[in-house]
Amino acid sequence: MTDDWPILSLVTFLPLVGCFFILLTRGDDATVARNSRYIALWTSVPTFLISLLIWVKFDPSTANFQMMESIEWIEGTNIGYRMGVDGISIFFVLLSTLLTPICILASWEAIEHRVREYMVAFLILETMMVGMFCALDILVFYIFFEGVLIPMFIIIGVWGGARRVYASFKFFLYTLLGSVLMLIAILVMYFMAGTTDIVALSKLSFPSDIQIWLWLAFFASFAVKVPMWPVHTWLPDAHVEAPTAGSVILAGVLLKMGGYGFLRFSIPMFPEASDFFSPLVFALSVVAIIYTSLVALAQDDLKKLIAYSSVAHMGFVTIGIFTLNSQGLEGAIFQMLSHGIVSGALFLCVGVIYDRMHTREIAAYGGLVNRMPKYALVFMVFTMASVGLPATSGFVGEFLVLLGAFYYNTWLAVFATTGVVLGAAYMLYVYRRIIFGKLEKENLMSISDLSYREIIIFVPLVLLVFWMGVYPAPFLDVMSVSVDNLIKNFNVALENSSVHLASH
Amino acid sequence: MYAAIVFLPLVGALIAGFFGKIIGDRGAHLVTCIFMAASMLLGAICFYDVALQQNAQTIQLFTWIESGNLKAEWALKIDTLTAIMILVVTSVSTMVHVYSIGYMHHDPHNPRFFAYLSLFTFAMLMLVTADNLVQMFFGWEGVGLASYLLIGFWYQKPEANAAAIKAFLVNRVGDFGFALGIFGTYLLFDTIVLDEIFILAPKYVDTELTFLWFSADAITVLTMLLFIGAMGKSAQLGLHTWLPDAMEGPTPVSALIHAATMVTAGVFMIARLSPMMEYAPDTLTVVTLIGATTAIFAASVGLCQNDIKRVIAYSTCSQLGYMFFACGVSAYSAGIYHLLTHAFFKALLFLGAGSVIHAMSDEQDMTKMGGLRKRIPLTYWLMIVGTLALTGFPFLSGFYSKDLILEATFARDTGVGYYAFYIGIFVAGLTAFYSWRLIFMTFHGECRAPKSVQDKIHESPIVMTLPLIFLAVGALFSGKLGYEFFGGDSMKAFWGDALLVLKENRTIEAASGVPMWVVLLPTIMFIVGTSLAFYCYQLKPDLPKTLSSKFSGIYQFLLNKWYFDELYDLLFVRSAFWFGHALWKKGDGAVIDGLGPDGISSIVRRLSGQAVRLQSGFLYHYAFAMMIGLIAFASWYIFGFGN
Repeated sequence: MTDDWPILSLVTFLPLVGCFFILLTRGDDATVARNSRYIALWTSVPTFLISLLIWVKFDPSTANFQMMESIEWIEGTNIGYRMGVDGISIFFVLLSTLLTPICILASWEAIEHRVREYMVAFLILETMMVGMFCALDILVFYIFFEGVLIPMFIIIGVWGGARRVYASFKFFLYTLLGSVLMLIAILVMYFMAGTTDIVALSKLSFPSDIQIWLWLAFFASFAVKVPMWPVHTWLPDAHVEAPTAGSVILAGVLLKMGGYGFLRFSIPMFPEASDFFSPLVFALSVVAIIYTSLVALAQDDLKKLIAYSSVAHMGFVTIGIFTLNSQGLEGAIFQMLSHGIVSGALFLCVGVIYDRMHTREIAAYGGLVNRMPKYALVFMVFTMASVGLPATSGFVGEFLVLLGAFYYNTWLAVFATTGVVLGAAYMLYVYRRIIFGKLEKENLMSISDLSYREIIIFVPLVLLVFWMGVYPAPFLDVMSVSVDNLIKNFNVALENSSVHLASH
Repeated sequence: MYAAIVFLPLVGALIAGFFGKIIGDRGAHLVTCIFMAASMLLGAICFYDVALQQNAQTIQLFTWIESGNLKAEWALKIDTLTAIMILVVTSVSTMVHVYSIGYMHHDPHNPRFFAYLSLFTFAMLMLVTADNLVQMFFGWEGVGLASYLLIGFWYQKPEANAAAIKAFLVNRVGDFGFALGIFGTYLLFDTIVLDEIFILAPKYVDTELTFLWFSADAITVLTMLLFIGAMGKSAQLGLHTWLPDAMEGPTPVSALIHAATMVTAGVFMIARLSPMMEYAPDTLTVVTLIGATTAIFAASVGLCQNDIKRVIAYSTCSQLGYMFFACGVSAYSAGIYHLLTHAFFKALLFLGAGSVIHAMSDEQDMTKMGGLRKRIPLTYWLMIVGTLALTGFPFLSGFYSKDLILEATFARDTGVGYYAFYIGIFVAGLTAFYSWRLIFMTFHGECRAPKSVQDKIHESPIVMTLPLIFLAVGALFSGKLGYEFFGGDSMKAFWGDALLVLKENRTIEAASGVPMWVVLLPTIMFIVGTSLAFYCYQLKPDLPKTLSSKFSGIYQFLLNKWYFDELYDLLFVRSAFWFGHALWKKGDGAVIDGLGPDGISSIVRRLSGQAVRLQSGFLYHYAFAMMIGLIAFASWYIFGFGN
C-alpha cells in the first residue's frame, strides 16, 4: 500500500459499486429484495473497515490536509476534484461510514417495498456524505452537499409515513433556499479569487464588507442544516415522516453538515464576519436550547420529541464553534460526533417499538420494561448519554462546550447550562412514560424484546458511547492540532484586520 | 491496591447486572457482598495506612479529558478525609448489602437491586477519591444516577417513578451550580486539579471576577456556585424537596444513600474544598445560614409526619444542616465527625425502621403501629440505641459530635455563629422530641394494626439483624473513639494537609474554652425534648390531637412541609409544560411555519392560480409576454454590461 493510494476516493465511491451490483440483480421480488439487502450490507461494511484505515494512517501531529488527491477538472479554470481530510473532518467520514451499515441493518425487515431502490438510495447517500466531508474543492463540496438532499428527499418521500409528501417538500424547500444563496456566494468567491480550492481560499482574506455578505449567504445554508432556531421547523416533520433509518442518517450525519460548514468555511474564510456575527449565533443558539427543550417537554409524539431534542443539542454545537477557543471547538466537534451516535441510536430505539406497534404516540406505550428488559437497558444508556451523564459521550462534548462558553461570557454559559436541566426533564419524563409503570395495555402484552439483529445494531453504539465517555483521548488528540491551527489562523486574521484598520 | 477499593464494587455490579439470570439470586448476593466486604477490608487497611500513619497519596490511572490547557485525569486522591469517607461508605454499604439479602428476599429482581447498590457504591467512592473537580462531578452525577435507579426500583409504582425523576431533576439544578463552579474555577486558576487549585488559592484572594451583571470576589463567587451543588445533593433548604419523596425506594436504599453516604456528599465537598472556602468568608456565612435554617426547618416538619421513613428522612435533612453550619464556622473536622457518627446511627435507624416495616407487612404509617416492643424486641433495643445516639444521650456517638459542633459554633463568636448556635440548641430539643415520638408511636402503647397484619409480626432474620448490631456498635462507640482525632489533641496530625483552617478561624481549638452552660445546654435540651415526648405520647396520648386541632394553621403548615412542593409545582413544573405547549403550537406552528414555509406555499399556490389564468390560449397574450421579456432582457444587457 503506497501513500498515493486514493483511499478517500475509494471510500467515497465504493458504495456506488454496490449500487451497480444491486441494479444487476434479477429474479422475483423476494430474491431481489434479499440480494439487495445483502449486497448493500456487504458493501457498506467493507467501506467502513476501509475508512478505519484513514484513521490508522492519519498523522495527528499536523494540521495539514492528508491523503490528498487532486485532479484538474476543467482545464485552466482552477476548478478541480480535490480530496483530503484533517483532524476536523476525519471523524465525520467515519461517522458516515459507521452509521450506513447500521441503517441498512435497521431497515432489514422494516422496509418491505421497493427494497432495491431503497438500498440504492442509501448507498448513493453514503457516497454523497463521505464525498462532502472529504471535498477540498468548494464546487465539489457544493455538488456533494446538494447531492445529499436528493436521496434523502426520496427516502422520506417514498418510504415515509402518512404526511411524507408535505414533510419532504418542506425539507427540500428549506434546505434549497439556503443552498441557492450559498451557490451565489461560491460564484462570487470564485470570481474574486480565481480558484475553488478550499485550502487556497482559506489562506485568502476577503475584504471585510464582502465577508459580511458571503458569511450571511453561507449562514443561510448552514443554519437550515444544523438546524438553528427559527429555521428548525422542517426537522420535526421530516423526522416524524422519515423511515427509521432515514431519521438516523438525518440526525446522525445531515445535521452535522451545517456545523462542519461553519468549521470549514465560515470561520477560516470569513474570520472578521464570524467574529462580528458571533453574538447573533449565540443568541439564536441559546434560544434554540431553551425553546426547543421546553417544546420537547410538551410533545406526545416520540419521534418529534427526539427531533426537538436534536435542535437543542445542536444549539450547544453552534455555541461551541463560535466561542473559538480550544475547549469550545473541540467540544463542539465532539458533541457532533456524540450526538450523531446518541440521537441516531435514540431513533433506532423508536424504530424498535415502532416496528412492533406501528405508532409513535407516547401514550400508546407504558410498562415496556416488564416485557422488554434488554430494550429498557439500551434505551436507558442512550437516554443518559443524551442527558449528558459523565462517562457517556454526551458529557464530554457538552462539558467542553459549556466550559468554552464560560470562558467567552458567563451569561452565555448560564443560559446554555439551563439546557442540561431541561434536557434531563424531557428525557426522563418520556422514558418513564414509555418504559416504566405497569404493563396494562392489551396490545402490548405480547410485545417481544430485542432480536439478535437489533442487539447487533445496538452493541457497537453502546460501546462507542462509553468509550467516548471514559477515554475520549483518541478522539480529542486527533482533533487538537487542527483545531488549534484553526484558532491560530482566526486570531492572526483578526489581528491583521485590526492593524489594517488602525493604519487607515 | 487502593484502586481495588473503588473498582471491586463496580466489578460486582457488572457481574450481578449482566449475569444475574445465570448466577441467580444467590450468586448475585454472594458476588456483590463478597466484593463489598473485600472493599471494606481494604478500606480499613487504607484508613490505618493513610489516616493513622499519614501516608496520603494520589494514584494516577489514565487521562480522561484533555483539551487545550484543560487536563482531567482519572486519578484517586487518598488522604485522611478520603480515607474516612472510604471507611464510612464501604462499611455502611457492606452492611446494607447483607441486610438486603433478607429484606429483599421476596422481590423478583434481586440481581438488579444488588447491581444498583454496588454501582452506587462505586460512584460514591469515585466521588470521594476524586483528585479533580471533573472526576468529582462524575461521581456526583453517578450517585445521582444510582439514586434515580434505586428510588424508582419498584418501577410499577407511579409514586416511585415520580420521586425518582424529582430526585434527578432537583439534583440537576444543584449540578447546574456545580458545573458553573467548575467552569469558573478553570477560568480563574487555569486548572481543575484540586491540589493545584489549593496551592494557587491564596494568590487569588483579592481577585475580582465578573459573573453575569456583577463583579465580585472571585473565590467567593466560585465557592457559592459550588455550594449550590452541595445544597442539591445534601438536600438543603430550597433544594430539599426530593429527599422525603425519595423514601419511595426500598428501605435499605434510604439507609445507604439517603442517610449515610450520598446526601453527605455536600458536606464532604465543602470540607474537601476547605482550602478555597477559607478564603471566601462570605460563602462560609451563607453556608452557616443555610445549614442552620435547614436544621430547624426539617426538624419542625419532622414533628408532624406520620410515615416512619419520612420522620427519619427529615431528621437526616436536619442533621445535615448541623454538618453544614459546622463547616460554615470552619469546624470542618467537627462536620466530618458528625458525618461519621451520623452514618452509623442513621443507617441503624433506617434499617431498624426497615425491620419494623418488614415485620408489619410493608406498613409505614406509624398511626397503624404501636406496641411492637414485645413482638420484635431486638429491633426495638437496636432502635433505642440509634435514637439515643441521635438525640445526644451522654457518651454515645451523637453526643460527642453534636456537642463539638455546637461548641465550635458558639466559639465562632459572630452574629451568624450565634444564630446557628441557638438554632442548633433548639433543634437538639426538637430532635429528641420527634425521635422519641417515633419510638413511642411505633413500639409502645396498643397495637393499632389490623389483625391480619398483627398475626404476621415477626422478628427479622439474622441476616438482617446482624448488620444492625454492627451499626449499633458504631453508634455506641464511634463518638468516644473518634473524639481524640476529630476534636482532641491528635487532630492536627490526624488530618495532615487534608483540611485547611486559617489561624483566625480555628473554632475547634477555641471550643475547649467555651463556658460551662454552653457545654451542658445540648444535654439539657435532650432531657427537655425527651420528657416532652414522653409526656405527650405516653402520659397524655390525647394531647397531640388537641394541640393539632387547636393550632391547625401551624399544624397544616408543618404537615404540608411549608408548602414547598405546591409552590415549586406551580412555579416550575406547570409553567414549563405551559410554556412548552405554547411555544410549540404558537411559536413553531403559528408564527414560524405560518410566516415561513406554510405561508409561502399558500402564496405560491395563489400566484400559480393566477399564472394559470395567464395561459389563456390567445396568441396575442403570448406575443405580448414575449415582447415584455425581450425589452427587459435588452435593457438589462444595455445597462448591466454597458458600464
